[in-house]
Amino acid sequence: MEYFVQQLVNGLTLGSIYGLIAIGYTMVYGIIGMVNFAHGDIFMLGGFSALIVYLLLLSVFGGIPIALALFVMIIVAMLMTGLWNWVIEKMAYRPLRGSFRLAPLITAIGMSIALSNFIQVTQGPRNKPIPSMVSSVYEVFGISISLKQIIIVLVTAVLLTIFWYIVNHTPLGRAQRATEQDRKMAALLGIDVDKTISITFVMGAALAAVAGTMYLMYYGVIVFTDGFTPGVKAFTAAVLGGIGSLPGAVLGGIMIGLIESLWSAYFTIDYKDVATFSILAVVLIFKPSGILGRPEVEKV
Amino acid sequence: MMTKDPILKVDHLSMRFGGLMAINDLSFEAYRGDITALIGPNGAGKTTVFNCITGFYKPTMGMITMRQKAGKEFLLERMSDFEVNRDAKVARTFQNIRLFSGLTVLENLLVAQHNKLMMASGYTVLGLLGFPTYKKAAAQSIEQAKYWLDKANLTDRADDPAGDLPYGAQRRLEIARAMCTGPEFLCLDEPAAGLNPRESLALNELLRGIRSDTGTSILLIEHDMSVVMEISDHVVVLEYGQKISDGNPDHVKNDPKVIAAYLGVEDDEVEDVIAEVEGETGGAH
Repeated sequence: MEYFVQQLVNGLTLGSIYGLIAIGYTMVYGIIGMVNFAHGDIFMLGGFSALIVYLLLLSVFGGIPIALALFVMIIVAMLMTGLWNWVIEKMAYRPLRGSFRLAPLITAIGMSIALSNFIQVTQGPRNKPIPSMVSSVYEVFGISISLKQIIIVLVTAVLLTIFWYIVNHTPLGRAQRATEQDRKMAALLGIDVDKTISITFVMGAALAAVAGTMYLMYYGVIVFTDGFTPGVKAFTAAVLGGIGSLPGAVLGGIMIGLIESLWSAYFTIDYKDVATFSILAVVLIFKPSGILGRPEVEKV
Repeated sequence: MMTKDPILKVDHLSMRFGGLMAINDLSFEAYRGDITALIGPNGAGKTTVFNCITGFYKPTMGMITMRQKAGKEFLLERMSDFEVNRDAKVARTFQNIRLFSGLTVLENLLVAQHNKLMMASGYTVLGLLGFPTYKKAAAQSIEQAKYWLDKANLTDRADDPAGDLPYGAQRRLEIARAMCTGPEFLCLDEPAAGLNPRESLALNELLRGIRSDTGTSILLIEHDMSVVMEISDHVVVLEYGQKISDGNPDHVKNDPKVIAAYLGVEDDEVEDVIAEVEGETGGAH
């Protein structure tokens, strides 16, 4: 029993990271109907930005309170990835808007390769470790919960609440939802649609940066290929939860995290990805729009 | 009577789609404070004119000038679609309703006040922190929305998804939403299409209210001649992308070219029709 609950805690942590990345996929898909395959690499880029900031802080100030360090890491990483995704959207996706659907998908894959290679060239191909940042572990009813896990779950919960509020209760969110439903009409009401789409990319990237920072803190190591697997898992999470739905993205992320950790705990770890994707396939057979997704309504 | 002050001036407008000349050298003016109707048989190019005015299409040739009350002039054909609304203050509705059906009725009206609110919320940041300037702007925009909800007779449906409203109410909501952007010039594409007589009356009421309360000038495309003759001050008639008549409703109603266009008379029979019309008006005296 304790073992089971322990695995639940581990799965929840992992799932939170997937969920944070998945929100970026789901928001961008929601507003322009495009899968931003470079998003996983934006996440990796966020991790690297956080790494560089942490090493800089360490070398300049020596010891620094961990909470402050984490805060600075997150903010700088958010700004960096936000800037990157803004430029990527402007250069690689916007000129192709209105062309056939596959075109932006292909540039997205191109951007993904370009980004990971850029990091490989500039940061080197080896694993980049950092000294352990947070090491406290609490024992609760025989289950060990690390402070890292608590931070990750809390940060996810807070950010999800903020982003959910922005999308549902602010002028920006209204403009995003209007643009999602009818881009031309939104423009005719005076909404700068291009700017709204840019902001959506920046928001998604900011969350990916947080996920990257959490990932770095949790595993203590990052490498240029790290954008790929978590990126694909997060994309799966977005589809599983219902692409376009914000709570769906987090729910899907947590489900994938749980499936992975429980499968690894009770069966063989080698097949954990097989288990994840099989469950995705099964869910999509019975609920093609995902768990919380709205069924596609045909426009008349 | 004062000489009329044009709010919108269309000069030598042409729009070509491949080999098709949808609009051919069209010039007309819409006057401030007027309801101007744009009529013509199917395929005459009325909606194309709207699409050129609101930045949907880039005209092949010609100039569209919008002159605001304050005297500022905008060349609409050079502006992108959102600037036509945001800066030039021109709003429009569509022949087929284009509401954001997933948003509530109130949200549809708030989204139309986006730029004002976005500014006040400091691109969301100040809004999230609960700055008083944003709260004030938000309250104001809800007031504005309520005003139009009341005008459109939709107050009790404010929190329903817009897609759930009956057809006539959706039409009124679309006009209310366009008005929430604070336009000086409103383009309505067949607002009465598909309405029953009672809904049609409610619409006429709404349009007259808009003109008298806000001073917004209106340009409308309409097929229902009873609506056109009833509410418009000025009628422009198109056929095959060209203007065939321009004037007040009475003038247009009796213009033999218009009658010929609507009844489909051969060119050489126009003379006969003119004779007939003149005979009729002569007989009435």
